[in-house]
Amino acid sequence: MGYVAVKGGTGAIEASIERLRYERLKSATVLDTHRIQAGLRGLVDQVMSESSLYSETIAAICIKQAEGNPEEAVFVMRAFRSTLPRKHYTQTVSSDSMRIERRISSTFKDIPGGQILGASYDYVHRLVDFALTDETDADAAAWLQQWHEAASAGPATTVAVGEQEPAGGIGVLPKVVDYLRENNLMQRNKPDDREPMDVTKDALSFPTTRSQRLQVLSRGQTGTVTALGYASLRGFGPLLHPTVAELRVGYLPAYIPDPFGNPESTDDDESYYIGEFKVTEVESVVPVSVPRGEGRSQIEFELGYGICFGQNETKAIAMSLLDQCLERPDPRYPTHDEEFVLLHIDSVEATGFISHLKLPHYVTFQSELDSVRRSRRTEQASLADREVGLPSDRENRP
Amino acid sequence: MKSLYNFAFFDEGSKREIRRSILKAIAIPGYQVPFASREMPIARGWGTGGLQLTLSLIGKDDVLKVIDQGADESVNAVSIKKLVGNTTGVAITEKTEEATLIQSRHRIPERPLQEEQILVLQVPIPEPLRFVEPREEVTRVLHAEAEYSGAYLILFEQIMRYGRVSTGADHPVTVHDRYVMAPSPIPRFDNPKMDHSDALILLGAGREKKIYAVPPYTRVVSLDFDDHPFQIEDVSGHSCRLCGATGVYFDELADETSGETVYQCNDTSYCLDRMNRTGRTEGAS
Repeated sequence: MGYVAVKGGTGAIEASIERLRYERLKSATVLDTHRIQAGLRGLVDQVMSESSLYSETIAAICIKQAEGNPEEAVFVMRAFRSTLPRKHYTQTVSSDSMRIERRISSTFKDIPGGQILGASYDYVHRLVDFALTDETDADAAAWLQQWHEAASAGPATTVAVGEQEPAGGIGVLPKVVDYLRENNLMQRNKPDDREPMDVTKDALSFPTTRSQRLQVLSRGQTGTVTALGYASLRGFGPLLHPTVAELRVGYLPAYIPDPFGNPESTDDDESYYIGEFKVTEVESVVPVSVPRGEGRSQIEFELGYGICFGQNETKAIAMSLLDQCLERPDPRYPTHDEEFVLLHIDSVEATGFISHLKLPHYVTFQSELDSVRRSRRTEQASLADREVGLPSDRENRP
Repeated sequence: MKSLYNFAFFDEGSKREIRRSILKAIAIPGYQVPFASREMPIARGWGTGGLQLTLSLIGKDDVLKVIDQGADESVNAVSIKKLVGNTTGVAITEKTEEATLIQSRHRIPERPLQEEQILVLQVPIPEPLRFVEPREEVTRVLHAEAEYSGAYLILFEQIMRYGRVSTGADHPVTVHDRYVMAPSPIPRFDNPKMDHSDALILLGAGREKKIYAVPPYTRVVSLDFDDHPFQIEDVSGHSCRLCGATGVYFDELADETSGETVYQCNDTSYCLDRMNRTGRTEGAS
């Protein structure tokens, strides 16, 4: 008789965990978390953005622990986030105060303040650089020295193309969409100063508010946000091509109010500067057709807004498209359905539920088997009835 | 920064918030209370709802038992016990009668629960009407209006198609004559155990961010029709090949050598306990 153990999972599980550790360490080479932070900027930014926790240090540890698997790193980081007491909310940050590193516009060639290309993969060819195999720390140091010398010698190659320094001083640039508003091409919305909801403290309830939607989109899984944004652009949505009015990458300052002072005060003496964080911010203009009566319509521009931690440009653009989609619910398109988009876009939730299919389902499957067998028995019984000539209601059907 | 984690993982503020939702759930039997479900070190869909209930309730004197589809040593049960054990140091048991807090995935133990015990069930899909209506906004209204024809319609269509109700696990129930509730994918065999249970039953859905409850001594009725009464899985005619038990929920196994189908208690701790009493040892490691 075969042996089926009643007990005996624990040992195997422990061995599997050891085996996982072996996979990470088997080449006897250990990744330094400082090197992850220094060299894996793209992954660090993606993980921080999906985790909604801004810490390059912790992201680097999580990436190391996850062997570079982003879904796993986000998972670990989110779980850590759950244990942190949240004692303060920052004051409202106006993105006008961004310390800009990169800023481009696709709506106008000449924008006040100029286009600032900053650092981007947009202008390189994606050819494998085999020289990287032999790159050393010394090479990096030598290159850096040259870079700094060149930068101090002449006009920086990375600064504004064209325009002179704007009136507000370096870094403070006017927004492109403000130009559209001044020219009455876009509605001027009143600031919405309602207290934002916190989706990590209160479960979503439908219909959602915009603050909830923006938070869920901003922490969404990069690939999913991109895919759904792409779907809306490709045709699962009213077919009008959006344009990126402005994409910015830069740093925003964070202030928390003095706990003993006036929480509304914006006075520097009554708030504490706690640091700055890097974001990608996108403002898209989306043409929409607005009915004017008598069967006529008019094209108007609407704003789609995307923002996320770190430099994640595709995600921020896709988010801006989805933001606009969800502002105009439309049952014909899944990308315009807030439950469809918001409930399926989270990395931890999606990967968790998919991966649960690996868990044992012995009890539930047994129950299903019971049902299947019984309904077959019912069917066979009615077949037998038919053979002995008993009338069956199925036969009486046309 | 080796360990930055609190007793029972969460900060106290989070635990208090979850306990408030639990109290609300107990006050409105069968009603799904939305809560700010946290991300856990265990994957969504792997029992994070139950785990959050357990962690917010557990105290130093508690004795914990964790079951995964009937087994105390299955992957998920081991993992959850380890996490709770590591962050609390509470005593962990496999004996149903010793536990004060039992977290279970899809089974209610064979041994009847006691008054002082709390059973925490893990829930994948808390909404009994989800297969009729995919939208949360709509199902909440249906519950508010006690509009449950959809739930009956599912059963009716099964009768039309297959000649009988063909639900597997997670057969919907009416709680306290008001809310229709998904009992979590426990087999139909376990549904009657919820009715007038001595123990408090809490259900937690982490990914779907819902907590609901069946308080002790509450009426729980499985949905059915007069001419198609609710039926549990057929366990008659089988007995456990290890302990000889009958009338319990079985795992169906294929004997490797003879190819025959054999049956074994699904509740491993119940089975072990019986074997210890009768002195049978076969199969135990």
